[in-house]
Amino acid sequence: MRLRQLHELTLVRFKLFVREPEAVFWAICFPLILSVVLGFAFAREEVEDSRVLVLESVGAEELAARLTAVEGLVVERGRDPEEARRRLRKAAVDALLRAGDPVDLRFDPRRPEGALARLRVEAALRGGAAVTRPEAEDETGFRYIDFLFPGLLGMGLMGTGVWAIGFAVVDLRRKKLLKRFLVTPMSRASFLMSFMSSRIVFLGLEFAVLLPFGLLLLKVPFAGSILAFAITIILGTLAFASIGLLIAARPKTVEGASGIMNVVMMPMWLGSGLFFSYERFPAFLQPFLKALPLTAVNDALRAIMLDGAGCATIWPEALLLVGWALVSFWLALKLFRWQ
Amino acid sequence: MASSVLHPIAARGLVRRFGDLTAVAGIDLEARAGSCLGLLGPNGAGKTTTIEMLEGLQSPDEGEISILGRSWATDAAGIRERIGVQLQETSFQDKLSVQETLSLFASFYRRPRPVPEVLALVNLTEKATARVHQLSGGQRQRLALGCALVNAPEVLFLDEPTTGLDPQARRRVWEIVEEFKRAGGAVLLTTHYMDEAERLADDLVIVDHGKVIARGTPPEIIRSLAVESIVEFSLAEGSTLDAGQLAELGGLPGVIEARNLAGGYLLEVDDTRAALGSLIGWLERSGTVATDIGTHRPTLEDVFVSLTGKHLREA
Repeated sequence: MRLRQLHELTLVRFKLFVREPEAVFWAICFPLILSVVLGFAFAREEVEDSRVLVLESVGAEELAARLTAVEGLVVERGRDPEEARRRLRKAAVDALLRAGDPVDLRFDPRRPEGALARLRVEAALRGGAAVTRPEAEDETGFRYIDFLFPGLLGMGLMGTGVWAIGFAVVDLRRKKLLKRFLVTPMSRASFLMSFMSSRIVFLGLEFAVLLPFGLLLLKVPFAGSILAFAITIILGTLAFASIGLLIAARPKTVEGASGIMNVVMMPMWLGSGLFFSYERFPAFLQPFLKALPLTAVNDALRAIMLDGAGCATIWPEALLLVGWALVSFWLALKLFRWQ
Repeated sequence: MASSVLHPIAARGLVRRFGDLTAVAGIDLEARAGSCLGLLGPNGAGKTTTIEMLEGLQSPDEGEISILGRSWATDAAGIRERIGVQLQETSFQDKLSVQETLSLFASFYRRPRPVPEVLALVNLTEKATARVHQLSGGQRQRLALGCALVNAPEVLFLDEPTTGLDPQARRRVWEIVEEFKRAGGAVLLTTHYMDEAERLADDLVIVDHGKVIARGTPPEIIRSLAVESIVEFSLAEGSTLDAGQLAELGGLPGVIEARNLAGGYLLEVDDTRAALGSLIGWLERSGTVATDIGTHRPTLEDVFVSLTGKHLREA
């Protein structure tokens, strides 16, 4: 009996989701577009040359000649110190040089390109060929897109779970349909579960598009266990769906719900190692960041896809996701406002 | 409860407070099997609070409710299985079809009617595959009724089922409710429309400020007004009567009460001939030009106006 309800509710949720073109766009196309744009924007196939600007002065000719001879340095000449400084500020050049003893060298130490230019110039001045051309780690598995893609999968799981479910629930509340359901014998737990089960159904569709795209077109590696991968995305989906239900448990308006969604998701967008590693955050934050569900999903997906991990490695993350799912679902059921 | 045979809907001494406000201050009501009880009253009179307590959506602070001999406290699931509810202003999911919406509701019940049977019952067979957003207002209301009838309930709660519908759409809703009554069901209806109450309701309860101010069959209630007829008239554009003049009118022979209502004036009258004569005399004496003088037998609307000072529609 309960199963028939759950089946019917799931079917309805799934139909409503796929009949909403925007929802499908954000769930499937957005991660694709983001991975293409970011993947290509940050695809550094080789280490770039450093551009340095030599200001006109006595000895400038000789200095420029010495630097030009070194591989990896592109030399410009300039007369106007103001104009030269402006070009440095704009990062049009990586360092400014004025001949003399010692040579006057200016660069922006906050930019890695500046530091690299300084190293190259110093090596060239010390004795020529000391700086060899460094080899870029452009082997598969080391590119930015390889780091990014699993993170985007995680982001997609979170975004779809929280947005699609949160807004759908608030809409039902606003339409007073929740109240209408309340006067039927519908099981409240089945109703909330149907959001999770319909997400699992949609998950299949989502990954049938996203995964081949990543593996075949972006050539992201998949070194680990498919089972571990499936477990991770299913548990991740359940955790985010529960969080979506919890967020939507009380608010009466879409605006109210969006505010909470942003507060909940922002820390994970920044701190869960989506676009850059969370290890760059201060040490005292690390335990909190590691406890976030998106961190668990991202860590597990990267371990599986890049490092070849299997179930034996990712069980702590899996357990954490189960915890998030159970606690959020239980709280959502307790706090849920039906009318 | 006192009565030996419990009616399908029976409530006694219902009280519901919201902070300092007492929304429902002791209401008794009953609806017999095969009949419709109309619950009338101005906005804020406590109608919706009352119907929501009967539907189990709110708990009364005091009083008892019995639905089909069961209590919400001990057998909520059993009651929900056997009642049909149409809430005020529920909207369904725009992107689901009529059929999908009905089969979702059907899945909540142990012994639902087959969806095609419900479609036929509410006259939506041709619209089975249409999405909700493609339906007219009347079709949506019939879908709401379909959802309320999907479990073949014994009791039906209707909260303003035809508000905003055109006359033909309203008649089609009424036919469905009459069919339900004929099959032995009990209906509790709230409405803003007197014609709807007169057509569907076998018994009426009029509430104001959370209390019952009149009850009985529609003819009983009309008789209780003890008014022979109602005399209405309007004044030429721009002119009005002041309170003193209104009091003078109320004191004329044959007149019980004079009221200013929605741009016109009306007199409750116990002797129509005497009242008309004295009204015309008064108009001449005071040099007032009246238009559209007319009389009619008192209706439920007049009872409502007399009891609450408001038209049902504007209330």
